[in-house]
Amino acid sequence: MMPDLGAYAVEVVSAYAVSLLLLGGLVALSLARWRKVKRQLEEVERRDG
Amino acid sequence: MRAMSIWEYANPKRFIATTSPLIPWVLGLSLALIGTALVWGFFFTPDDFRQGSTVKIIYLHVPSAMMAINAWIMMLVASLIWLVRRHHVSALAARAAAPVGIVMTLIALFTGAVWGQPMWGTWWVWDPRLTSFLILFLFYLGYVALWEAIEDPDTAADLTSVLCIVGSVFAVLSRYAVLFWNQGLHQGATFSLDAETNIDPVFWWPAVISMAGFVGLFVALVLVRTQTEIRARRMKALLARARRAGAGEARA
Amino acid sequence: MKALLLRDIRLAVRAGGGFGLGLAFFLIVVVLVPFGVGPEAAVLTRIAPGILWVAALLAALLSLDRIFALDWEDGALPLLATSPLPLEALALVKAVAHWITTGLPLTLAAPALGFLLNLEPGAYGWLLASLALGTPALSMIGTFGAALTVGLKRGGLLLSLLVLPLYVPTLIFGAEAVRRGAEGLEAGVPLMLMAGITFGALALLPFAAAAALRVNLR
Repeated sequence: MMPDLGAYAVEVVSAYAVSLLLLGGLVALSLARWRKVKRQLEEVERRDG
Repeated sequence: MRAMSIWEYANPKRFIATTSPLIPWVLGLSLALIGTALVWGFFFTPDDFRQGSTVKIIYLHVPSAMMAINAWIMMLVASLIWLVRRHHVSALAARAAAPVGIVMTLIALFTGAVWGQPMWGTWWVWDPRLTSFLILFLFYLGYVALWEAIEDPDTAADLTSVLCIVGSVFAVLSRYAVLFWNQGLHQGATFSLDAETNIDPVFWWPAVISMAGFVGLFVALVLVRTQTEIRARRMKALLARARRAGAGEARA
Repeated sequence: MKALLLRDIRLAVRAGGGFGLGLAFFLIVVVLVPFGVGPEAAVLTRIAPGILWVAALLAALLSLDRIFALDWEDGALPLLATSPLPLEALALVKAVAHWITTGLPLTLAAPALGFLLNLEPGAYGWLLASLALGTPALSMIGTFGAALTVGLKRGGLLLSLLVLPLYVPTLIFGAEAVRRGAEGLEAGVPLMLMAGITFGALALLPFAAAAALRVNLR
C-alpha cells in the first residue's frame, strides 16, 4: 500500500502532511466562520425585524 | 448617499445569491481534483532517477507557489476595481483572498524547504526564488495587518488598495533585486501548461490536475470568505444603527 | 513650500523632536554588533557594509511615525490639506524634511562608524555615495507608510511592518554597492539601480502618499 519512498520518506511525508494540514485548516476555518457569521447575521436581522 | 446604499446592499446581496449555489460545487470539485492528483502523485508515480521520491513534492510545491502569486495578482486587480468603481464586493474579495495567499505562500515555502534539504543539503538557502517568496509573505502580512488595524471599512479598503498597488511595484522590484543579489540554486521554471517538453508525462498529469484543483480551491475559498466579509460588514452596520437608534430613544 | 520645509526641520531639531535619536540608535546598533559576532577584525570587515546599511535603515525607520503625527495631533494637517499647496507637494516636502533630519546625518556619520567595524578603506566612498543616494528613498517610502497609518492610534509598529518589505530593493542594491566597493569590484551598477529606485520613488510615491492622506482626512 505505502509506496517505497527510499531515503527521503520523512521529507516527502512531512511535506504532504503539513500541506494538507494547512489546507484543511484553512478550509475548516473559512467554513466555520462562514456559518457563524451567517447565523449571527440572521439573528440580528430577525431581532431588528 | 442614495446611490451608495444601493451598492451597499443590493449588489452584495446579488453576489451572495449568485455565488451561494456555486460554492458547494466549486469546493467539492476542487477538493476532488486535489485528492485525485495527490493520491495519484503520491502512490502511483515513479521516482525521478535523480531526485528520488522527493519529486512527489512537486504536486504540492508548484500549485501552491503558483497560487501564492496569483492570489496577490487577484488582490491587485480587485484593489484597482475598488478604487475605480467603488464596488464593495471587490474590496472585500481582496481582503478575503489575502489569508488564502498567506497559506499558499507558507505551503510553497515549507515544501520548498523540505525539498531543498535532500537536494541542496540545506533547509534554507538565500536563493532568489525562495527569498522572493519570503518577501511576498512579508507583503501579505503587512496587507492583512493594515486591514485589521483600521476601524472604518471604506478607509481600510482604500488604504489597503493603495498599499497593494505600491506593494506590487516593490514586490517586482524586490524580485529583480534579489536576482541581482544572488543567482541561486533553484532551477528556472520547468513547468508550463502547454509544453510537456521539460517534464516527463508521468509527472505532468497529476501536477496539472493538482494545479487545476488549487485554482478551484482558491476560487471557492475566496467566494466563501467574501460572503463572510459581506455578512460581517452588514451585521456591523445593523448593530451600529441599532445602537444609534437606542441612544436616540434614550435621549428623547 | 520652503516655509513648510524650514518649519518641519525646526520642529525636528527642537528638543523633544527626536532629532539625534536616530543617530544615537545608529551608533548603538553598530557598537552592539561586535559584541554579538565577536571582535575578530576579518569577520567585521566582511559584514561591515551590510551592518552599516541595515543599521542606517533601522535608524531611519525610528522617526517615520513622527512625519505626520505632530501635524495630525494638533490639527494642522487638515489645514495644510486645504492650503493651495497640493498634498503631493506636501508629501514630498515632508520626505525631504525627514531626509535632512535623519538620512543626511546618518550618511555623514556612517564613515566614522565604518572605522569601528574595520570597513575596507576602498569602500568609504561607496558607503557615502550609496547612503547619500539611498536614504532619500528610505525617507520617501517611509513618508508613504506614515501617510497610510497616520490616523491610527498605535501606528508605529504597523508602520514598520508595512515599510520594511518596501525597503528590500534599496537595501539590497545599497549594501551590494558597498560590498562590491570593499572587494574592489565594479560597484557602479548596483549604485545606479538604487539611484533609479530612489528617483522612481521620489517621482511616484508622493502621489500614493497624497492619496492615502486624502483617505485619512476624509
